Amino acid sequence: MKKTDILIAGVGGQGTILTGRIIAALAIAEGLDVKTAETHGMAQRGGSVITHVRLGEKVYSPLIPPGDGDILLSFEKLEALRWLPFLSKKGTVIVNTQELEPLPVLTGSMEYPEGILEEIEGKVSRLIAVDALSVDPVTENPRMVNTFLLGILAKNMPYEMEKWLKVMEEEIKAKLVDANKKAFMAGWNLQ
Amino acid sequence: MNDKLVIMTGNEAIARGAYEAGVKVGTAYPGTPSTEILENLARYPGVNCNWSSNEKTALETAIGASMEGARVLTAMKHVGVNVAADPLLTLSYTGVGGGLVLVSADDPGMHSSQNEQDNRHYARFAKIPLLEPSDSAEAKDYVIYAFELSERFDTPVMLRSSTRISHSRSTLQLGQREEKEIAGFEKNPAKYVMLPGYARQRHPLVEERLLALEAEAELSPLNRIEPGTGKMGVICSGVAYQYAREALPEASFLKLGFSHPLPKNMVRQFASTVEEIIVFEELDPFFEEQLMAMKLEIPVRGKALFGLLGEFGAEMIREKLLGHKEEQIEVRPSIPARPPVMCPGCSHRGVFYTLKKLKLKVMGDIGCYTLGALPPLEAIDSCVCMGASIGMALGMARANPASAADTVAVIGDSTFLHSGITPLLDAVYNKAPITVLILDNSTTAMTGHQEHPGTGTSLQGEPAPNVELENLCRSLGVKRVTVVEAFNLSHLQKTLKEDLAAPEPSVIITRHPCVFLIKDFDRPPVVDEDSCTGCQVCMKLGCPALSFKDEKAKINSTICNACGLCEQLCRFEAINPAGGKAGD
Ligand SMILES: Cc1ncc(C[n+]2csc(CCOP(=O)(O)OP(=O)(O)O)c2C)c(N)n1
Repeated sequence: MKKTDILIAGVGGQGTILTGRIIAALAIAEGLDVKTAETHGMAQRGGSVITHVRLGEKVYSPLIPPGDGDILLSFEKLEALRWLPFLSKKGTVIVNTQELEPLPVLTGSMEYPEGILEEIEGKVSRLIAVDALSVDPVTENPRMVNTFLLGILAKNMPYEMEKWLKVMEEEIKAKLVDANKKAFMAGWNLQ
Repeated sequence: MNDKLVIMTGNEAIARGAYEAGVKVGTAYPGTPSTEILENLARYPGVNCNWSSNEKTALETAIGASMEGARVLTAMKHVGVNVAADPLLTLSYTGVGGGLVLVSADDPGMHSSQNEQDNRHYARFAKIPLLEPSDSAEAKDYVIYAFELSERFDTPVMLRSSTRISHSRSTLQLGQREEKEIAGFEKNPAKYVMLPGYARQRHPLVEERLLALEAEAELSPLNRIEPGTGKMGVICSGVAYQYAREALPEASFLKLGFSHPLPKNMVRQFASTVEEIIVFEELDPFFEEQLMAMKLEIPVRGKALFGLLGEFGAEMIREKLLGHKEEQIEVRPSIPARPPVMCPGCSHRGVFYTLKKLKLKVMGDIGCYTLGALPPLEAIDSCVCMGASIGMALGMARANPASAADTVAVIGDSTFLHSGITPLLDAVYNKAPITVLILDNSTTAMTGHQEHPGTGTSLQGEPAPNVELENLCRSLGVKRVTVVEAFNLSHLQKTLKEDLAAPEPSVIITRHPCVFLIKDFDRPPVVDEDSCTGCQVCMKLGCPALSFKDEKAKINSTICNACGLCEQLCRFEAINPAGGKAGD
């Protein structure tokens, strides 16, 4: 099997680490080698964060070299643009179109960039852009943005739905499993 | 079932390795990227773990446990080893009782640190063995190996991780715990009492040990030659091995897992099989300089190609060595940065707003509050290391007594207990009229909310004695100690003005729990657009819940935690409480 390099981008606190963990657990269940690299520490205070996930027969470096990524899963629109150089031109971007304004924009010293989706679309082979907050059950529970987008990613990978749901049961706190599964399925069934 | 593959971060794997090795005691002071090692170790049965006030006390506690005969692990970030360096360098002389492993988690690239020092030098400095795992499986195995090595050679062992080991996940297999009996302390002054007379007897043993360790490294399964098909030979350790392995499938490798003392015979043997050596090591030329001193007959290249800065990656080899640059997507220039920010509702925000307003010189320290240096607050003028703020304010007052009138030291509660007490004692003793602000948010927030001696809870979450900062400061001799509610800006401003003018040392404790510790919030306030004049005073807070659109302030109610600072600042009563609780 060819190696698959997935980048998960977002804003500290959006759950990139958990999402990476679920993908990694699935890879193991599928008998693949896998490595992740995560952002902990200071950036988790609302900064830009990235999780690298690499799966394949044998994975050496936990870091995806710039230009090598196959899929960029971004929980926020501007972050998709920021991390785009890590993706290959043949790559796929899955992005939540929600705008979380960084401090320079909030204080009015910079504008939130216009035309992000158009720019991304022209530079990669495939773009899936969704306003996660407009989809049930994320509308009521915005914390589920990550597992909802994971559902979209999963649909585009060659593994069965039941296997994803099973690893989610193992990786997510018991009392949150059902809500996350629902969000995942909303992503999986999105069309 | 133990042959199943599991996936763990390097930190989880280090903790697991310690558990399997029969470790009885674990100590640490938090610090990215090492923090989760002790948090994970504490969850295993049969291991007594505690947070220490700082890395020095963590290592000293470990030394005691070792002398009592227990296997003990202590973990810290790279700069933590600076704090623990004093006991470490003499521990090398005394050696150990039960196995003692010190984990140093380095941070090439400074993801969460104030410098990127290369702690491999400490192993050489202290003349102790150094192990460098390159993934989680090795992290676990090397910890187990380290304990055996420690006991067999009567030496502390340093295991060096780095951000990409500690915070990367990869697969491994679990083993069983091997219980180790605690042998008990045996009096042995010539070994444990480092008076000059005894220390002089120990030093030759340290040098002999180092030679014996080198012989051991020559045979160690942690060092291996991986023959390739090309003429190039690569020497590397830690995560750099993974980068190089990915980029150079044909090269031969000397992978160093037991990397100090350097197995020189192995290096020579390796050199005889290749035509050129590439040393691929992050940060300093630690191996390269030793190789140069060996005067090998083939060329050795390393730092000339890859430099001394930051973290490496596979692409670096492709680019600098093979001259192949991956085609990259280019995006527009000047994308707005997204630096970390104080959270909405953070109890530090109003303090920095006030310090900036009073135009004070602010000697800063390390913690979430260091974010007070970034725009728009921009209220911190220095940050060197943990605890430095107070000593630096004292130094300013020594150099120029007038500076005490417009200088404050700002330090977090965990940082104060880590290394702020002694410089405050210096200020009292030397009658320096400095003003110190202790930002007491009842937790070690920066590293993920660890308990400390002032939180009233232990690592295990059990009730613990709670040092009262105000009494502690008074007992050091500070007479002016005031506790201020962190969100009461007028009280803070008034106290600051009085204390800056006072001819004696003073401490202001601004107190309010970290927003992460609060469960019950008021409903976010609302902006009355008719009253909002667009003056933007509230925007000076740098609160992510506030924005300025169409000449009016806006509150993002999904992230606002209703701390009330913007309400306090608004002179036009345009921001008003909504009333009730957030959940209503
Ligand atoms: C010697 C050393 N040990 C550990 C760290 C990591 N570290 C930085 S700040 C900090 C503590 C922050 O806690 P506190 O002072 O209470 O401030 P808060 O983050 O809660 O605002 C820690 C553990 C460090 N930088 N240096």
